[in-house]
Amino acid sequence: MKSTAADDFAIEFLDVSYISPTGQQVLSGLNLEVRRGQTLVLLGRSGSGKTTTLKLVNRLLLPNGGEVRVNGLASGDLIRLRRSIGYVIQDGGLFPHFTVERNIALVPTIEGWPEERIRARVRELLQVVGLEAGMASRYPRQLSGGQRQRVGVARALAADPAILLMDEPFAALDPLTRDELQREFLAMQQQLKKTVVFVTHDLREALRLASRIALMEAGRLVTVLPPQDFLRSDDPWASAYARAYGVGPASAASRNEDRNTL
Amino acid sequence: MNFFHFIVQNRGQVLELTLEHLWLVGVSTLLAVLVGIPLGIMIARWPRWNKPVLAGANIIQTIPSLALFGFLLPLPWLGERVDRLAILALTLYALLPVIRNTYTGIRGVDPAVVEAGRGMGLTDLQLLSWVELPLALSVILSGVRIAVVVSVGLATIAAAIGAGGLGEFIFRGLAMVNNQLILAGAVPAAILALLADLSLGWLERRLQPQWRMMTKNEE
Repeated sequence: MKSTAADDFAIEFLDVSYISPTGQQVLSGLNLEVRRGQTLVLLGRSGSGKTTTLKLVNRLLLPNGGEVRVNGLASGDLIRLRRSIGYVIQDGGLFPHFTVERNIALVPTIEGWPEERIRARVRELLQVVGLEAGMASRYPRQLSGGQRQRVGVARALAADPAILLMDEPFAALDPLTRDELQREFLAMQQQLKKTVVFVTHDLREALRLASRIALMEAGRLVTVLPPQDFLRSDDPWASAYARAYGVGPASAASRNEDRNTL
Repeated sequence: MNFFHFIVQNRGQVLELTLEHLWLVGVSTLLAVLVGIPLGIMIARWPRWNKPVLAGANIIQTIPSLALFGFLLPLPWLGERVDRLAILALTLYALLPVIRNTYTGIRGVDPAVVEAGRGMGLTDLQLLSWVELPLALSVILSGVRIAVVVSVGLATIAAAIGAGGLGEFIFRGLAMVNNQLILAGAVPAAILALLADLSLGWLERRLQPQWRMMTKNEE
């Protein structure tokens, strides 16, 4: 089997543009790749195109120009593709009329796994995301926000997809629960080594979780940096972000600057 | 001879006309559900059909019922038996609430839930049968409930074309200027409407899935 550089990439964006149905240019000239086993964090403010970028991967949206390749392929069976990609959204997007167990079992069920295997898998996943086995029979509205999010993650992991898409999964959580889930995400990633694309507007979250941070602004990719380089970057958008969060050397400098200008 | 006396004395006929009435309402509601729910699903999926379909159903509603029965009279096959005509007319009237509530119910499902389902690889059909229809069920049912209650009242007019039902008493009473006869048709019809409303409301609550009744976890 011949090996090319592209084999390392689980996801590639090649000169991708996207225009919304209302005619707005949401993405333009996007070139980006995600290596297998890495966590790429898409960082940017609302409207910067990060969620659109994510939805191009599982083809909830189709590009107007360029190509999005998943495992080297830009086309193929849509349903198969989606079932092989885990998808987690804010507040879990759980089916309110399904129990936790049926929610988690969703993809295995439609894939026709035998019942025994599904039940075993649900038990295993509840453990992975740190939920008691007794939760299986509950309905989503009986859970706390953090618990719902854990179920959302378990559901995405159910059929053991190699790729995981996470759209601001922890944004609606209180800081303590968020911290807990971020810690668990890191522990899980160390073990499972999924290819993850993670959307957030929270720089701290990005710094903590990312292998690489892709900073987006107004439908364009500004820069892609490993987290340790992000705070040192002299890119104006990157340092604007760092300043806004009051992290890194840039913030101390800017505080002095502000004082001087007063 | 008072009203109750009349009812008791003619209980055989009251019962017969009530059953006829129920038959007209039951069959027409069933047809309206069989046609209206698919139409509602269709316009929820392809919104460009939503205006023409809803407008059509609306226009039908505006035709005075007596006129509609008359319009349908010359139709072949249908015109042969008046109960067919009455059922068709009642079905047409029942369509609007069924279509509109199916549409509203499906559109009202949380888009995040639908998108999550789509993103995980549910097909359109799976999305419809596992997510959209179950979550829209109570809205759809309340549309059927409205249709039934309206049909019970409208079906009295079917007697004008000889299709039977409790309207017989009413029209006979009108012709004979006999209030007791009118009441013998009107009161059972009103009771039927109330019973239909109550029992469908009960069914709605019974079918109210467990997840909706569970107390919400404190946030």
